[in-house]
Formats: sequence, C-alpha cells, structure tokens
Amino acid sequence: MMAILPLRIALRALRRNKVRSSLTVLGIIVGTAALIAVMAVGQGASVMVREQIESMGSNMVLVFPGSMRTGGAHSGAGGRQSLTAADGDAIAAECPGVVAVCPVIRSWTQVVYRDNNWRSMTQGVTPSYREIRGWSMQGGEFFQEADVRGATRVCVIGGTVADNLFAGEDPVGKVVRLNSMPFRVVGVLARKGTAAWGQDQDDTILAPATTVARVLEGSPFNSVSQLMIGVATAEIVPDVIQDIESLLRQRHRVRTPEDDDFTVMDLTEITETVTQVSRLMTVMLSVIASISLLVGGIGIMNIMLVSVTERTREIGVRMAVGASPRDIMLQFLVEAIVLSALGAVVGVALGAGAAGIISRVNNWPVLVSLSSIGLAMLFAGLIGVFFGWYPAWRASRLNPIECLRHE
Amino acid sequence: MLIELEQIHKVYHVGEVDVPALQDVSLSVARGEFLAITGASGCGKSTLLNLLGCLDQPTAGRYRLDGAEVSGLSWSELARVRNSRIGFVFQSFNLLMRQSALENVELPLVYGPPIPAPERRGRALELLARVGLADRVHHTPVQLSGGQQQRVAIARALVNRPALILADEPTGNLDSHSGHDIMTLFHELHAQGLTIIAVTHSDEIAQAAQRIIRMQDGRIL
Repeated sequence: MMAILPLRIALRALRRNKVRSSLTVLGIIVGTAALIAVMAVGQGASVMVREQIESMGSNMVLVFPGSMRTGGAHSGAGGRQSLTAADGDAIAAECPGVVAVCPVIRSWTQVVYRDNNWRSMTQGVTPSYREIRGWSMQGGEFFQEADVRGATRVCVIGGTVADNLFAGEDPVGKVVRLNSMPFRVVGVLARKGTAAWGQDQDDTILAPATTVARVLEGSPFNSVSQLMIGVATAEIVPDVIQDIESLLRQRHRVRTPEDDDFTVMDLTEITETVTQVSRLMTVMLSVIASISLLVGGIGIMNIMLVSVTERTREIGVRMAVGASPRDIMLQFLVEAIVLSALGAVVGVALGAGAAGIISRVNNWPVLVSLSSIGLAMLFAGLIGVFFGWYPAWRASRLNPIECLRHE
Repeated sequence: MLIELEQIHKVYHVGEVDVPALQDVSLSVARGEFLAITGASGCGKSTLLNLLGCLDQPTAGRYRLDGAEVSGLSWSELARVRNSRIGFVFQSFNLLMRQSALENVELPLVYGPPIPAPERRGRALELLARVGLADRVHHTPVQLSGGQQQRVAIARALVNRPALILADEPTGNLDSHSGHDIMTLFHELHAQGLTIIAVTHSDEIAQAAQRIIRMQDGRIL
C-alpha cells in the first residue's frame, strides 16, 4: 500500500462525519491551545526577568530587614524594623567596593493634583538612588542632598503618575498633595516600563527619605524598608555581600548567621527566585493543560473505537480484497493522527492568539517560542499515536469472515 | 492443478465444545474449471469457500494454490495471496457504499504492488466496460440496481487478474432476470479461461457448472 493512500482514506472518513470529527478535534484543540498559552505566559515572564536584570545592572545589592532563612521562628524579610539608616551609613563608610548607599522608606500615598487623584507608592530615598538605579530624568531635576538634610517637601514622579495626574500638562514646578501634604514636583523620571515581577516601575513617587519618614510616616528618620547599595563592579558583589553581612552582624550583635535579622541579596539572586517561581508556575500549569490534552486523546480513542465498530463491514471488504492487518492498522492509526494533528495546528494558532489577548488585556509579557510550538505539536502527535493505537490494533485483529457477516 | 486440498479438517471452538465444520475434505480443481458446491445450509460449504479464499486457515490438512503451499501462512501472507490470486463475489455484493463504482473496482489494486494511479484507473474502467457499466463508473452503489452492483463486484474481483474467482451465492440477492445476466457473465469469464468456484443453492448455477460437488455434514459426498 502506498504511503499517501492511508491519508486519503483517513481524510475521506473524517469528512464523512464532519460534526463528529470536529467535536473530537475540539478536545485536542483546547488542550494544545491551553498548553501554548500557558507556556507563552511563563516563557514571557522568564525572558522579561532576564532582560530586566540586564537593564538594571548586576552590581546592585539590596539589604532587607528581617531574615529569609527558614527554620526557627524568624519573621520574613521586611517583617521587622531592624534595619536603620545608620546601618547604611556604616556600610558606606566601612565596606570597600561600595560606591553608594541609599536608604529606602516606603509609604502608600494618595496623590492629588487638582481634580485628579491616584494611589501610588512613595519611596523615601536619597539622590544616590538615581545613581544606583541608573535612572535618567525626562524633565526637571532630581532633588539634592540639601533636600534630604532639610527634609523639604519636594518629590520626583514616575511616568505613570505623571500621566494620571497631569494628563499632558508639565508637572515640573506644580504642587501635588501626598496624603494631604503639599509637595512640589521638581522632576519627572524617564520611563522604565514593567518590572520582571509585574510591577509598573513608573508608578512611583520619589521624595527625600527624611521627609517621607517625618511628614508621611510621622516618625523620626531611623528604620528603613530597604538599603540599596551600589557596588563598583559586578565581580566583587559576592565579597561585598560578605562584608556587609559581617558588618551588620557586628552592629546588630548577632552571633551566628542563623540569627540574622537582615537579608542581603544581589539582583541575580532575586532574579533566580522570580524565575524559579515563574518556571514552577509554568510547569504546574503546563501539567494541567497536558491533562486536558490527555482527555482530548481519550476522546479520540473513544471515537476511533466507535468508528472501527461502525466500519466492521468495510474492514472485512478491505481484508477480503487483500488488505493486510498492517494496512488496516495504518488506516485507523493515520485517521487518529490526522485528528490530533489537525487539533494541534488549530490549537497552536488559537493558543498563540489567546496568549496575544492575555498579554494585551493583562499587560503581561508573553512569548510564543518555536520550542513550545514544537513541544505542543509533538505531544499532540504522541497523544494521537498513543490513543489511536489500541482501536487500530483492534481493527487489524478482526477476523475477515466475521466482519463480512457483520450487519 | 490449480487447487489441491488434502485431508482438510476444520474445527470451530464454540465455548467448551468443538464443532467440526469440515472433515477429511480432499479436492482438486484444474485450471479453467467451473465448479459448483451445493448442499444444505450448515453442510460446510461456506467454510470450504472461506478456506479456499484464504480468509481462514484449516485446523489440519494441506492446501496448495497454484503450486504454492498456503496452509500455515501468516495473516499478512494470506492477505497477499487473496490480493494477487483470488477474486471474491459475495451474495450481498460487499461494495464500499460511499465510494463510486470506479473506486470500488480500484480497491484491490490499492493493496497490491504499487501501480501508478492512471494505470489503476485505466484497468478499472476497462473492466467496468467489460461488465457493461461504462456509463455508470461514477455512481455509488446506492445509485445502482442489485444486478449492477454485482457486476461492479465482479469487475472488482477481476481487476487484479486472479487465478481463481470464488462466488458465494452470487445470484442469491437478485431477481431472476438480473441473476440470469450475472450467470451469463460468469459463463463468458469461464469461456475466457477463468477458474470459477461457486457456492450455491441455485439449480441454474449448478447446471451451468462443469462439475458439481455436494456436501453434507462437513464432508464431500
């Protein structure tokens, strides 16, 4: 039997039962589409994280209050107010290789400008923040050291905040109210876009750390949410982390690393964590999507078994005129594979489309990679072979005499 | 000899019971013979026909077709023998209902050694013309009368140029007029040198044959 023939027979048989074939294919379509969409979202997140790291620079170290180590009854990072601005000063003074230290105090604020208001995170920082993040200005200027010393009510706003409050107006020089306190806008930050962890980096307000502590939080400038530390080169980051850890242990009178009340991280570590989480999510969701593909495969098997029964007489005729068991097997196997391949192709297209819609609606980065398409197609094909095998095998084992007698 | 059967036994296992269907059947058929097998239903004539047609294997005994041993072949090998040596004509025609007369006639060629599509089509058209259906080649079986369907089946049986035509009650489902036409066709084929073995109740066919074999209780009388 020629290679192309089983394909023609299969297509003819599938066309004969259009509704049934389409419903069967639907199972595979849904499974493949889900798989493609899930992998697109997951891989998009991973790629985004990698790009983010490159844009942020790898020579940044973050210190958080509280311990992230497991075991014992430690609170998580940020759980305790154990990190102070003085710690930051000590790190700047005593750790070689540290070029800049910026304390960060976070405060949720309601921002009002005339009729417009917006809720955003205000970060109390120092001018070294700009240096460490490598953030340029779109308009105006960043505030000065003098503003920090004097705790003046000035702020710099991100692009998203500017869009929502000023709608085209130039914000520089205008006065906004942060939790009812008037602040003068001295500058607008250049846009950075969405961070790896899904946060809009432009949705932020930067103000002097001292001002945020006293005016917004109503407390003296002492404990901080985070210390942001710029290191001279990426190569010495591990050494600097060790120096910071031993310095802070000394200052906090911590004897063993297990009792640390702070966490030091560099960006690669953060990235790895985020990537790992997104990878885990991708794998989990892919498994769920694969299960629906599996269910689609069972649908194919079901229909193929029905089809074999319905066409017993035809099988008998074909055998009588010389079809070998292998020919019959091939005929039904090809039919199952055509069904699943058809479902895979439509499913890939639909999944890619769904990924596009997800990315547009939720503003998530997505990536439909060739490898994920290949994987989904391969998986669907295997499903077709796997679930088509048994019905095809049964058809091939039928006895021609009984088939011909079959009504 | 085209067919040599030696002491063929066929036993069916029905549950715990062994049902003998053929007992000690020996038979030789020469090339070009027209043989009729008759007998009451259940006498084993259908079983014999199935064995002759390589649709089944004997429990014991030897079967040589065209000089080659057939008993003991695998299912795939039997399929190849059916395809190249044997043409079947059934009582209920057994055409593929959704395919045209032409496609039905081409079917055995599909499972044989590869033949270019135009040649397949040419051979099928030639045979359809020979059975008088040149103007019906694209009709599906439902659009054809019983007699016409049986002629399509005969064309299909002939398309692989078999050594042997096996017919199982070929006129059983036809009115007497169509049945007569089919018999005339068998006569012509026989006259052209084809070997035909027909299982039948019909006296007309039996009379037409050169040799009649009567069976009873799985034995040739």
